[in-house]
Amino acid sequence: MEVTLSVKRFDPDSDQHSSYNQDYVVEMEESATVLDGLIKVREEVDGTLALRCSCRSAICGSCAMRVNGQARLACNTKLVDIVDSGKVVVEPAGNMEVVKDLVVDFSPFWDKVRDVKPWLDPEGPDPDPDQEYLASNEAMLDLAGVMACIMCGACVSDCTVLEVDPNFLGPAALAKAYRFVADPRDSDDEPRLSDLNEYGGMWDCTRCMQCVEVCPKGVDPMGRIMSLRDKAMATGYTSTYGARHSMAFTNGVRQEGRVDELSLPVLSKGVFNIVEQIKMIPLGIRAQLAGKRPPILPHKNPGQENVRRIFNRLDKHDNSPDRLEIPTAIIGLASPVVLTFVAIIAFLILQFYWNSESVSGLKPDAYQSGSVEPFTRFSYFHNCFWFYCDPETSGSELVVNSNAEAER
Amino acid sequence: MIDHDVLVIGAGLAGMRAALAASESGVDVAVISKVHPVRSHSNAAQGGINAALTDRGDPWEDHAFDTIKGSDYLADQNAVEVMCSEAGREVIAMEHMGVIFSRDDEGRLGTRAFGGQRQARTFFVADFTGQALLHVLYEQVLKVGVRTYEEWFVLSLIVEEGQCRGAIVMEIRTGDIHVIRAKAVILATGGLGRVFEPSTNALICTGDGMALAYREGVSLMDMEMVQYHPTTLKSNGALMSEGARGEGAYLINSDGERFMERYAPNMMELASRDVVSRSEQTEILEGRGVDGCVFLDCRHLGEKVINEKLSQISDLARDFANVDMSKQPVPIRPGMHYQMGGIKTDVDGCTSMRGLYAAGETACVSVHGGNRLGANSLLDTLVFGRRSGEHAANFARGVVERALNDGLIDRENRGIQAMMDRAGEGELFGSIRLDMGRTMNERLAVFRDDEGMRDAVSKLTELRNRFDSVAVTDKGKTFNTNLLFTLELGFMLDCAEAIALSGLERKESRGAHFRTDMPERDDKNWLKHILVSRGADGPIIENTPVIITQWEPQERKY
Ligand SMILES: Cc1cc2nc3c(=O)[nH]c(=O)nc-3n(C[C@H](O)[C@H](O)[C@H](O)COP(=O)(O)OP(=O)(O)OC[C@H]3O[C@@H](n4cnc5c(N)ncnc54)[C@H](O)[C@@H]3O)c2cc1C
Ligand code: SF4
Ligand code: SF4
Ligand code: FES
Repeated sequence: MEVTLSVKRFDPDSDQHSSYNQDYVVEMEESATVLDGLIKVREEVDGTLALRCSCRSAICGSCAMRVNGQARLACNTKLVDIVDSGKVVVEPAGNMEVVKDLVVDFSPFWDKVRDVKPWLDPEGPDPDPDQEYLASNEAMLDLAGVMACIMCGACVSDCTVLEVDPNFLGPAALAKAYRFVADPRDSDDEPRLSDLNEYGGMWDCTRCMQCVEVCPKGVDPMGRIMSLRDKAMATGYTSTYGARHSMAFTNGVRQEGRVDELSLPVLSKGVFNIVEQIKMIPLGIRAQLAGKRPPILPHKNPGQENVRRIFNRLDKHDNSPDRLEIPTAIIGLASPVVLTFVAIIAFLILQFYWNSESVSGLKPDAYQSGSVEPFTRFSYFHNCFWFYCDPETSGSELVVNSNAEAER
Repeated sequence: MIDHDVLVIGAGLAGMRAALAASESGVDVAVISKVHPVRSHSNAAQGGINAALTDRGDPWEDHAFDTIKGSDYLADQNAVEVMCSEAGREVIAMEHMGVIFSRDDEGRLGTRAFGGQRQARTFFVADFTGQALLHVLYEQVLKVGVRTYEEWFVLSLIVEEGQCRGAIVMEIRTGDIHVIRAKAVILATGGLGRVFEPSTNALICTGDGMALAYREGVSLMDMEMVQYHPTTLKSNGALMSEGARGEGAYLINSDGERFMERYAPNMMELASRDVVSRSEQTEILEGRGVDGCVFLDCRHLGEKVINEKLSQISDLARDFANVDMSKQPVPIRPGMHYQMGGIKTDVDGCTSMRGLYAAGETACVSVHGGNRLGANSLLDTLVFGRRSGEHAANFARGVVERALNDGLIDRENRGIQAMMDRAGEGELFGSIRLDMGRTMNERLAVFRDDEGMRDAVSKLTELRNRFDSVAVTDKGKTFNTNLLFTLELGFMLDCAEAIALSGLERKESRGAHFRTDMPERDDKNWLKHILVSRGADGPIIENTPVIITQWEPQERKY
């Protein structure tokens, strides 16, 4: 099989300080991988091509790069599977600075891993050197899913948040953090969760699923981040924007069968967070001018009873403590101090919020396995909600879906 | 110049375990590795790690006996006793550090069966035990704050008046050369698989440590003992873990016969690796193979076992052999896998040079002798990694720092510059490596003879001449992998020489060293180790007796 490998190259030692594409035509066997192709180039055609690789079997994590625009391990990507009119485009991994050709600078990656204090921190006196800690195989198997992470950085390469905010810890480091929070042998989780609750931590993920999509080891970093959020909320870290947003969202859907967009941002920012409320004013004004202001009183949905039934079902499976739920309509009244602000601002902003979301995140399959934790449930509803609101899909489909979910 | 008390070269299991132990002893430790620590080859170990937990009805002496029998009585029994008696605590220490071993119903550690052993005593983490151990050790290294030099390449050792004083290294990212001065140096650079083509080993397994020591006149031992793993894929040499046979897979020939019945009627497919590999090769040579392969048959295990316990190898079979393991047998053949030999050390990692230690696959204690049991290597790296770390730390405390020769960096720079300056038209390193690998795989494989090994020695001389004019085509400084591979090829040629010379020297068949011209084991003359080192006038070959404590050599039957 003849393949053209179009490789994005960059040589920091040359005078020319920009990258360029170079095509290599190689003759490869059917079973050959992208890495086999690159090694052939390096050993037989052009010795100056730089890349990292070692194990050739998807275990050392060296060879993540973008192949045809998506992060993959070169060593477990077969050429036949991706070749497009005889050509495969190979570029360095994204969101990291290029050192040379396909080699990128991993130092920020490792720094972030180090930031989550990635080591077991057991409680109590030193254990008996002849006795292991007792732990269920089940708990260990759950951890095995995260421990399968080979630190390849494919997820980091394609994370949409890291693209705009390099401060974000990112999927790999957060998955690593989850591994310790979920380890029954690790001591108190609170300090870990408290750190991860900061700016750049677990709440900065936008649930774009990109990391889940590209991870070659099925680690499901986003799922781990959602589990961290669950744990954080269960531990009482409920006052971040993210935590409040998720609670407001869930409560809104539970009560009205849909989101009340008027109270959502107010509740997310914090009812008493006057500074943030004021900051929303310009946004609100723009929304009002654009005719995008949501209704003052929340709409009720025709399928509302079904939605509520789902919540009730799920509650039976859910062991997390009950949360205080205040009807959304009362929010404004309950806080007379900010009532005036809230009323005006909320009026204005919500239409804008309306426009800024899309339905594309609807991937309920990802939530079908394992126990249904509150946050995971929230994500599910969040996605279903947009699905429901899309004029092209009908509400009844959602109800069918949701009923199936409730039966499960 | 950079200064440390203990410098560990290599960040696989052996290196990081050594660094941790040394650091716990309270000295200043640094680890240097040519790849990031978690990229080290220890990752590849799928199967598991052996340990006899005496309090659970598996006396460590049984494990020791299995190991010694497996080694064809070439292992030093005092070393095996140390390894097996400390195994349980070592595995539990790793569990305490955070490794998530598979559990039994009571939440205690669970085991699986492995070849050459009468007990199921292999502890495992799904099918990525090595990775699980390696990542946890890296976590611990971060926790205690050991300095790590990631992607730094060791070019040579600094030896003054017979004592190792540090190393000269290259920072791969910048191409800068540095001197690292240390009171004790531990080599933990792993195996040399790439000397053979194909091999199950990663591309970084180029025997650097063995060659670095060999060049300084330090003795290598048991170098003729190269393990061929019985189940590797034809297409790319990838390993199909012994876990498959541990779970009950059969080996069959072209007639569909379970041929191991004829070679090892008791242990069958789980006889020791040298025995199984030889049986397979015999079947192939006698015409009962297909296309140079016999078959690994998992069909009777059922889809559930295959999906749950052997998922990684079933993926490999699908991707690289186009075979669905639950429906068809997979064509496999013996492939180069492990080097039993290495830098000769005692049970504390001390080599024949003061201040220089070795541990892991690069060392030879010798606990594996003529043949290593599956899942004993990870154990070797941890037990002897820890012991060498502790000993080196103690040793370092007594060493008085002294000024080093100024010209060290210049000398190294000149050597590299000479390679870089060679005209670009010379031969590329790739073709020399391939010729070396193929020669070794032909002449020093499962079956050997005098003529073949002599031929290998002369070919290697020829290859070395070609190497002297090899062209480094990349003239840049930043991340110059072309230069690195060329340097590694130099190391590999030294290792190949040591293997071939030791092979020629051993005039009997034992363990992995099977000579068709001398098929019998000869305890009277050859119950001894072969040592090879490089002197001023070329290689020097010596012998040293095997240490026997409680197990007298017997005939080996499985
Ligand atoms: C496919 C496969 C499966 C295996 N399965 C098992 C198993 O199930 N059970 C078992 O017990 N054993 C198994 N083994 C064997 C075992 O994995 C290895 O023997 C063991 O991991 C070696 O560990 P190490 O610490 O000695 O070296 P490695 O892990 O190879 O580490 C070597 C280190 O040295 C560094 N290094 C090398 N040269 C230089 C240099 N010039 N400069 C700087 N740094 C350098 C490298 O960067 C690396 O960090 C398997 C081996 C293979 C190939
Ligand atoms: S889901 Fe979150 S962590 Fe994953 S890629 Fe998207 S933003 Fe990044
Ligand atoms: S989570 Fe997946 S993609 Fe991300 S570093 Fe780990 S293995 Fe790679
Ligand atoms: S080469 Fe190791 S993951 Fe690809």
